[in-house]
Amino acid sequence: MAEGAEVKKEEAQADSGRRIHTYPLIRHSDMNEEMRTESMELCVTACEKFANNNENAAKMIKEAMDKRFGASWHVIVGEGYGFEVTHEVKNLLYMFFGGNMGICVWKCA
Amino acid sequence: MPKSKSNKSQVKTSSKSRKAAVAVKPKQENIQEEETFTADDPDALGLGFDDWLQPRQLIKPDDQLELTDAELKEEFTRILDACNPNAAKNLIRFNFSEASYKQLASIEQLAFHFSMDGCVLHKESDAARRQATMHGASVTATSSIVINVDEAAEEDDETKQTSEEAETQQQPQQQQQEPRASSAKGDAPTTKIANQFNCSERAAQTYNNPFRDHGTQTEPPPRAVFKANVSQWEINDAYAVDFESQQQKTKEKPKATSGKGGDKTRRKFSAVENPGEELFRVAATARIVERMVNQNTYDEIAQDFKYWEDPMDGTSDQEGTLLPLWRFAYERTKRLAVTSLRWNPLYSDMFVVGHGSYEFTKQPRGVVCCYSLKNPSHPEQTIATSCGVTCVDIHPTLPHTIAVGRYDGGVAIYDIKERPRKPIYESSAESKHADPVWQIKWQRDDVDDNINFISVSSDGRVCLWTAVKCELACTEVIQLLIADAVSDGPDGTQLRTLGCGTTIDFHPTQTQMYLVGTEEGKIHKCLLSYSNRFLQTYDAHQMAVYGVQWNPFHPNVFISCSADWSVKIWDHTQTEPSFTFDLGSVVGDVAWAPHSSTVFAACTCDGRVHVYDLSVSKHSALCCQTVVQKKNTKLTHIAFNPVNPIILAGDDRGAVMSLKLSPNLRKVKCDKKGQRLESSPETEVAKLDKILDVVRETPKPLKDM
Repeated sequence: MAEGAEVKKEEAQADSGRRIHTYPLIRHSDMNEEMRTESMELCVTACEKFANNNENAAKMIKEAMDKRFGASWHVIVGEGYGFEVTHEVKNLLYMFFGGNMGICVWKCA
Repeated sequence: MPKSKSNKSQVKTSSKSRKAAVAVKPKQENIQEEETFTADDPDALGLGFDDWLQPRQLIKPDDQLELTDAELKEEFTRILDACNPNAAKNLIRFNFSEASYKQLASIEQLAFHFSMDGCVLHKESDAARRQATMHGASVTATSSIVINVDEAAEEDDETKQTSEEAETQQQPQQQQQEPRASSAKGDAPTTKIANQFNCSERAAQTYNNPFRDHGTQTEPPPRAVFKANVSQWEINDAYAVDFESQQQKTKEKPKATSGKGGDKTRRKFSAVENPGEELFRVAATARIVERMVNQNTYDEIAQDFKYWEDPMDGTSDQEGTLLPLWRFAYERTKRLAVTSLRWNPLYSDMFVVGHGSYEFTKQPRGVVCCYSLKNPSHPEQTIATSCGVTCVDIHPTLPHTIAVGRYDGGVAIYDIKERPRKPIYESSAESKHADPVWQIKWQRDDVDDNINFISVSSDGRVCLWTAVKCELACTEVIQLLIADAVSDGPDGTQLRTLGCGTTIDFHPTQTQMYLVGTEEGKIHKCLLSYSNRFLQTYDAHQMAVYGVQWNPFHPNVFISCSADWSVKIWDHTQTEPSFTFDLGSVVGDVAWAPHSSTVFAACTCDGRVHVYDLSVSKHSALCCQTVVQKKNTKLTHIAFNPVNPIILAGDDRGAVMSLKLSPNLRKVKCDKKGQRLESSPETEVAKLDKILDVVRETPKPLKDM
């Protein structure tokens, strides 16, 4: 299991022992190191910016990834969904953020 | 009657004309204008003609100015001039000749209101003629027709002329026409004006390769399938697990930081070493290239070294020659004398030269150079020492270990493999000799496997130095006491004067026995174990003994050379020398040849090398040759190469000459059939014995010590 790269522990609520960790946690990724960090930071920025609008966040991420890494990226931002996708090898990022947000970013023509 | 309105410079107009400017009725204007003019004009002729015209009526427009009579009568002066109102009044231009701004004296007043270029050409002009020829027959035809018409007209007109005249006129005219026409016709096609810039057009079509379609499909980037489920509890679980693992990490971190720091420094070192390693690789390659260049430069010498044999040697049995090969010189040692020469025992092409000075007053720095025959232009290694080097010796089994003795009495061991040129062992201030160390000889490793060597010096001591851990331990082997000179000291004790040792040599087989030569001319035979007395003393020479060497084959024979111009060969069992040779000059050094027991060479201060072969001639040298390039150069040392037939001779100018022995000088004995006998040590000994027997008188018994 991949571990979070950043060690910022923003403990949002100390609610009777139940802690919500909001730092970005990469669950699965087969990108190379720099690509991964860059994508992760992009996702974090987008989600923070559009905290209540998943569609816009996903749009921002998708457009930025297209511009930066090449055509045909697909982005899902949400709290509850299942997926099975075909992605180009070394171009997938699946991460959690904000305690309840799951983001999946992959490239496929 | 129209009045000529000439250009008057001044025309007075009255206010009435101003009124006339407003055009209501042109007729009225004319009338008024004319009136004014006629009023002024003295030739008022047309007064009467306008009587029949309409009576004058003043029609004023509505917005006309109401002026009083006085104002109406006012006269305004208008000045008409030929100046261009739009032209500048004062133009100022920069005058380069006077380098200042100047106002133009006269200003162009001409203003073109309209200009148009006409397209009419004069018939007789060049352009028109050209045009005519270009247009060709049509034009001339028409012109001829015109001419005919004209002629006809002329004919008609000039009826007074006779028909003949007319005919004659016609004919020449016709003739003129015809040639004109024909010429015109002829001109049209033939006189095409040559265009100087006329490029002839040539065109060609190369073969165009046919087109071909080509298509390819690259392999698409590899794809993989990934599936997962996103839900709140999964996210929560994932964070919890990750948090725990991070907690563990923070505990392990303080333990791990020290290890990480070490890694970083190691990484730094490797990064630094890499360019150094590359430099080393370059150095190795550069060395090879240097040798190649040297070989090419000194190609002839290299060939001579290998293959040249003096053909003269076939003629005379008694003579040999030395062929000069390379000359080894180093700029830093130009003013230093060669004080010591040693061939490397393991590598037959390497030798070590010690440079210093024999002068007592001037003591410059010393240099030890390691040369290779493969690179004659530059020493492979150099070691600089603080004081002049007087002797060097190479360890027999460790070819990179060199022992160096200095003029100040100190000794040191250097390792030429190491980069910084510092001695690995050095004698301390207490243990060093008081006078220059004249000879150094390596010994076999002692019981504890420490390397050790023996040094002899002018302070009369022979010392054994052992390299123990980090320092050189000195033990005195023997003191060179002069037996006769015992003087009384101030306390009543007897002071013993010490002789000055100049040279030492150890027996090749009986390693305990050695010979020491002194400045008093004596040679002492000693044993390492006996530290207070000599086995025997030979009164060898009148002056200082400069070189002593045991014969490599015969166990009893040794040779000595001295400043008294002589070289003597001894049998150590006898007190008198077996052979004595007078060389005519101070003999700097003597050496036995490694290949034969009867051959030896000596070098003298007049720059000559003498080579003797006792089996050929017992009295004279086989070769006596000047090897130095400049006069007044003394030869200081000589050394035979153990493998190749080469001698090195060092001079006092810091240069080392290498010389090749001619065949006569390195003869191997042949038996009667002409085949080479195997030169074993026994044969060599037998050879020398035979010679010595001739000279030997009845052996004198050894004096008991």
